[in-house]
Amino acid sequence: MKPAATDTPADTATAKWERDVLEPALRKSPERPGPFTTISGRPIDRLYTAEDVRDFEVTRDAPAPGEFPYTRGIHPTGYRGKLWTMRQFAGFGTPEETNGRYKQLLGAGGTGLSVAFDLPTLMGRDPDHPLSLGEVGKCGVSVMSLADMERLFDGITLADITTSMTINSPAPMIFAMYLVVAEQQGADWKTLSGTIQNDILKEFIAQKEYIFPPRPSMRLITDIFEFCAKDVPKWNTISVSGYHIREAGATALQELAFTLRDGIEYVQWGIDAGLDVDDFVPRISFFFNAHSDFFEEIAKYRAARKIWATVMRDRFGAKDERSLKLRFHSQTAGVSLTAQQPYNNVVRTALQALSAVLGGTNSLHTNSLDEALALPTAEAATLALRTQQVIAHESGVTNVVDPLGGSYFIERLTLDMEEGVYKYFDAIDRMGGMVAAVEAGFPQREIAESSYRFQQSVERKDKIIVGVNGYVDADEPPFPILYIDDQTSDMQLIRLAELKRTRDNARVATTLDALKGAARGAGNTMYPLLDCVRAYATVGEMCDALREVWGEYEEVPSI
Amino acid sequence: MRTIRVVIAKPGLDGHDRGAKVIARALRDAGMEVIYTGLRQTPEMIVAAALQEDADVIGLSILSGAHMHICPKVMSLLKEKGLDHVKVVVGGIIPDVDRPKLQAMGIAGIFLPGSPMQNIVDFITEQVPPRAEVV
Repeated sequence: MKPAATDTPADTATAKWERDVLEPALRKSPERPGPFTTISGRPIDRLYTAEDVRDFEVTRDAPAPGEFPYTRGIHPTGYRGKLWTMRQFAGFGTPEETNGRYKQLLGAGGTGLSVAFDLPTLMGRDPDHPLSLGEVGKCGVSVMSLADMERLFDGITLADITTSMTINSPAPMIFAMYLVVAEQQGADWKTLSGTIQNDILKEFIAQKEYIFPPRPSMRLITDIFEFCAKDVPKWNTISVSGYHIREAGATALQELAFTLRDGIEYVQWGIDAGLDVDDFVPRISFFFNAHSDFFEEIAKYRAARKIWATVMRDRFGAKDERSLKLRFHSQTAGVSLTAQQPYNNVVRTALQALSAVLGGTNSLHTNSLDEALALPTAEAATLALRTQQVIAHESGVTNVVDPLGGSYFIERLTLDMEEGVYKYFDAIDRMGGMVAAVEAGFPQREIAESSYRFQQSVERKDKIIVGVNGYVDADEPPFPILYIDDQTSDMQLIRLAELKRTRDNARVATTLDALKGAARGAGNTMYPLLDCVRAYATVGEMCDALREVWGEYEEVPSI
Repeated sequence: MRTIRVVIAKPGLDGHDRGAKVIARALRDAGMEVIYTGLRQTPEMIVAAALQEDADVIGLSILSGAHMHICPKVMSLLKEKGLDHVKVVVGGIIPDVDRPKLQAMGIAGIFLPGSPMQNIVDFITEQVPPRAEVV
């Protein structure tokens, strides 16, 4: 909110401008009817001046980059030192098909891999489960067991790249598979780097790919914190994600507030599990949505860094600078892509990507123009990567750190974003933390409300979406897409049967029993999981073993 | 005349329920009786819900690409249970090539991302013949 004016309106330069310049102009040509709001519905004033940021103090709110609280960036040199990582999310069909796409992306100058798994893998179901019908290899790559992970990274040296894996409920199983492949390649776990998403809270809140109830799910995560601190110290153990929260309909503020509060929850659980804050917090990273409202997004990223640094220092007493510095990946907003006039999506994505860059993103995925229609074709995926390269090398924005710092408008938005986030923190703290808030359905309801409000504003045409509710083409030509057929499913079903015939099934049973034992007790589940993986137990079998111990979570459906 | 009754269902493993929830609410605001099944429904569960709720319409929200497996199953189960009168509409990501196939199996309406809510409300209102209230 704006600070209370101490001067009388007549004294201020703005008041004078309004009287002498603005009002005559408005009389001649009035403004459009508006509403002038961000995509999140936040009202925006006509003009921001020094009078709007009287409560802004440079040394406290936005000192130089690399200085606490890092509002202007965590690196003193911004992108002059190193560009962001251009990490394109990809996966479809069989592990071999995806392996081919990875080699293409790395060959085109991509600097990291990012694995998209299919829904059966994400939900811990083997392809022969009834709910896997029609889903195998459709939204991502099918990975049933270590054998598939070996195929996925065939010919790619894991020691030389960083890999991000979007996996949540079965994160420990998939991570264990990756580690065993690295081990087979002779890589040292101590130097291995990459990220697992491993963020279960946003699954309950938004994406709904949960398996186990919240509390045992949180325990799996603290097991990974502990395991990685000892065995894989350079691995990013969690990517606390606002992306899906935003896609589900949250406002920018809600995305930021719920995501940072999720982060706080993980830190608290880690500490409660006996870990030292500076032993695991440096490996926590974040993942935000790069949505369409340009300045609101930039303010969101800047506020994110400031809040995290402050909370880690003041709430948890973190001392290691790495615990205070919020690092984040961003992805352009899938939900903003339209099936209508797909080429418009290239422009949307470029603007969204630019906002993430101006907000100091550490890595970025740009969506492909065809993603409201299907998984991207190779051509569309390349164009998306080229979009980032154009921003990086041609626009000039990478020459300077935080170019919008000090803008009246941006600093006002950043301060307001921060204030709104702390209000949500208070509300969630009063509920007993994020797990309790999720169990009570609080963030879920807030998001559903915002999502419906936005839809109504589109229906009323308060918000115009080009090609959808304005500038519509009645007759659109057909558009070429990637069509995933059922061959993957057939192939994976054959492979699954063969795997179960050829592996040492007695060893599988023993390792699964050991996993159940660990789950019932307090031991770290990662070690028995690694044994299951080495025995070629499937994702479905490992998850079933834990379902037996912990049960499955079911959401109460509500509109 | 009785209110139009709609079962909105999320089949398959996908949990992206934004569209299902928004449309459920829009139909309810338009005066329809809406039953939302929640996530991870098998075709059998969906048809059972339609039978139990005496639904006029089933709305399936599918974004994952599994529509060519789920839709035929729902249609044949409806036939089996004598629920041929129930109109089935599908919303989500449906490639062009699949649309004629879905229509051929009896799917009444297909709505892609960006469809105005009002179009869906109007479509359902036109599709469902008026029925007298059963006392």
